[in-house]
Amino acid sequence: MMKRDECFRILKRHVTDEVVVATYSSAVDWLALGERTLNYFSVGAMGLDSSHALGLALGRPDKRIICLQGDGSLLMNLGSLVTIAAAAPKNLVHLVVQNRTYEANGGHPIPNTGTDFAAMARSAGYAHAHEFSELANFEQQAAHVLKQEGPVLATLHVEPSGPLTYDYPKLYDAARRAAIKAELS
Amino acid sequence: MDADLVDEGHDEIELKGSPIVAAIKASGIEYILSVPDIVTSRGLLRPIARDRDLKLIRVCKEDECIGIASGLYYCGKRALSLIQYTGFLDSINAIRGVGVEYKQPICMMIGLLGHDPHTTPRNSPRYGVRIIEPILDAMGIPHHLINEEPDIARIRPAIDDAYANSHPVALLIGRRPSVS
Repeated sequence: MMKRDECFRILKRHVTDEVVVATYSSAVDWLALGERTLNYFSVGAMGLDSSHALGLALGRPDKRIICLQGDGSLLMNLGSLVTIAAAAPKNLVHLVVQNRTYEANGGHPIPNTGTDFAAMARSAGYAHAHEFSELANFEQQAAHVLKQEGPVLATLHVEPSGPLTYDYPKLYDAARRAAIKAELS
Repeated sequence: MDADLVDEGHDEIELKGSPIVAAIKASGIEYILSVPDIVTSRGLLRPIARDRDLKLIRVCKEDECIGIASGLYYCGKRALSLIQYTGFLDSINAIRGVGVEYKQPICMMIGLLGHDPHTTPRNSPRYGVRIIEPILDAMGIPHHLINEEPDIARIRPAIDDAYANSHPVALLIGRRPSVS
């Protein structure tokens, strides 16, 4: 089983000018790896990360959009898998961080911890779907996954992490949102 | 009898769909995000689906519209969510967070299913319709009733204002637009 922050450190080595959409625990771990203008944290309602990512992917087809979405969050917006598959943005990479818990809300389990998100994405019509449980395998395949023609979904099976500090005012700072908007529009 | 069961042919006032679509396009809207609504199905959604100047994204649930519109806004693109009032009610938390608290121009065109167009939404025979304007007022979201032809002139200024001053706006469709 992998750890989320380890996966993100691998991911960071491959990220250059991509927009990275993240929320809650994923946003905390991603931000810990460094500030960058193209981090999109203005989510505002749990579950909408994948929908924000679709809007970005449609609005800037010339840029790669990477969505880091927790399993609990995606469960709140499962229909977005079908919407994304139908819209078929070639530049969208959807990484689902499956720790099987609502980590930011007390660590309670999601309703079915064995949910197969890659299978759901495949049946919804994503161009590619992957699953990773071993860090070495993810390390070997990350560059390939990030470059595939989308929409691509990859489930990262990770352990629940230790206690995190959720500095929401910092994550969702208006100046941060203004900076990325200026960069993208 | 429920107002939504009244035959459209019995409505002596016609609200034409084509000028509404024209006003949407004149507002710089490029993307229509929609879950079908019987109020706007024939007069708006079907012609929009055929319109090459508009990009229609069909979503599974209305709150997706709010996230997609936000992402598009960050890229300098204008979007309109074409939904039923029930979908608006279902999306309130997303509208609260993304639209109101983040001060983003989330533009919504909302069909008032079951409304009697001869009265105001606040006096609608349908409970769900009666609560729409009070909820919008409580959220501080400007709203405009599009019920008769002169109301169509409100669409473009309302959308322009939402983008100029970065706030959500709701355009309430009070009667079924015709296909003409």
